[in-house]
Amino acid sequence: MVKPNSKVIVVTSGKGGVGKTTTSAALGAELANRGYKTVVVDFDIGLRNLDLIMGCERRVIFDFVNVIQKDANLAQALIRDKRSENLYILPASQTRDKDALTREGVEEILTELRKEFDFIVCDSPAGIERGALMALYFADEAVVVTNPEVSSVRDSDRIIGVLNSRTRHAEQGHEIKKHLLLTRYSPSRVQRGEMLSVEDVQEILAIPLLGIIPESPAVLNASNQGVPVTFGAVSDAKRAYQDAVARLLGEVVEDTSQKGWKSMLLGGLRLFSRSAV
Amino acid sequence: MNIIRKLLGGLIPQRKSAKMARERLQIVVSHQRNDGGDVDFLPRLRHELLTVLCKYVKVDKDQVNVQLQRMDNCSVLELNITLPAPTKSSLSELDEVKAI
Repeated sequence: MVKPNSKVIVVTSGKGGVGKTTTSAALGAELANRGYKTVVVDFDIGLRNLDLIMGCERRVIFDFVNVIQKDANLAQALIRDKRSENLYILPASQTRDKDALTREGVEEILTELRKEFDFIVCDSPAGIERGALMALYFADEAVVVTNPEVSSVRDSDRIIGVLNSRTRHAEQGHEIKKHLLLTRYSPSRVQRGEMLSVEDVQEILAIPLLGIIPESPAVLNASNQGVPVTFGAVSDAKRAYQDAVARLLGEVVEDTSQKGWKSMLLGGLRLFSRSAV
Repeated sequence: MNIIRKLLGGLIPQRKSAKMARERLQIVVSHQRNDGGDVDFLPRLRHELLTVLCKYVKVDKDQVNVQLQRMDNCSVLELNITLPAPTKSSLSELDEVKAI
């Protein structure tokens, strides 16, 4: 039996290096913290990294492609996180290429996972080719990870177009829920007029905001140790990811990180009005 | 002149780069949406067309064909809908319309 509330969430961006894997790990870990049985699936065939970010790289025996090609069953390939009994990962293959993914194979695995898990977080590869299209096709919701930077915003706009047309829900005439997650945000640079503000990005992309993850040393610290940010020590980034998960679950959260940029924004506005006079 | 400009440069505020980023993005994104827009709305358009058509006639799901062709400076939206063979009642309705 498929869990009735089971949700497939794709973490995607178009552009590489904006924080998809960090985000997938952080969201997955926080959902598990909150008691939801969660699996994070690495769709980046050939360039797997989720295992490294989640600190289970030495425990990978079978992978996604092995399961698709029936060399192993799903239970053999799933790795349970040592820190949470609710968290699992399905690693990508390191050796095959992205063509090893078939739509039928992916569907079969996701259907199996829906029987066991409340949340299936799909970590998409960069680009808009096969691997990325596979990762998003069966999604119920999408988290669009964006940096406040021109190439990332443009690519996010592209991927939003793809999400509107090339998912199963889109083919059935429905729109999937899309969330904007702004990462590597630096309020002080925004205030100085050196970085696109959250309002700028929202105005261009026109999808609801899930959260703002500040540029933070905690992110590299966490990846160095193979610990998802939300399993790590208290930090601004951890707090921001926790707030994002709360919103993903439909809670209304007044963001503390937003307080920072709101007051700075007000400061900026005051400066602006002064110079206007 | 250059020296004066350099000296003044510190006093005249530079154009903020974030503002430039926003303006460039607005242009690039609007172009992007026009170029790639065709694929974006077609599945939904097809679905909505079907919903409306079904209110009036019995159409088969596979009998609605939506295509967008782009040429140099114009686009052609082609809708191909095969209606079922007319029944007697619909024929008589047609006659009534003609009579009016």
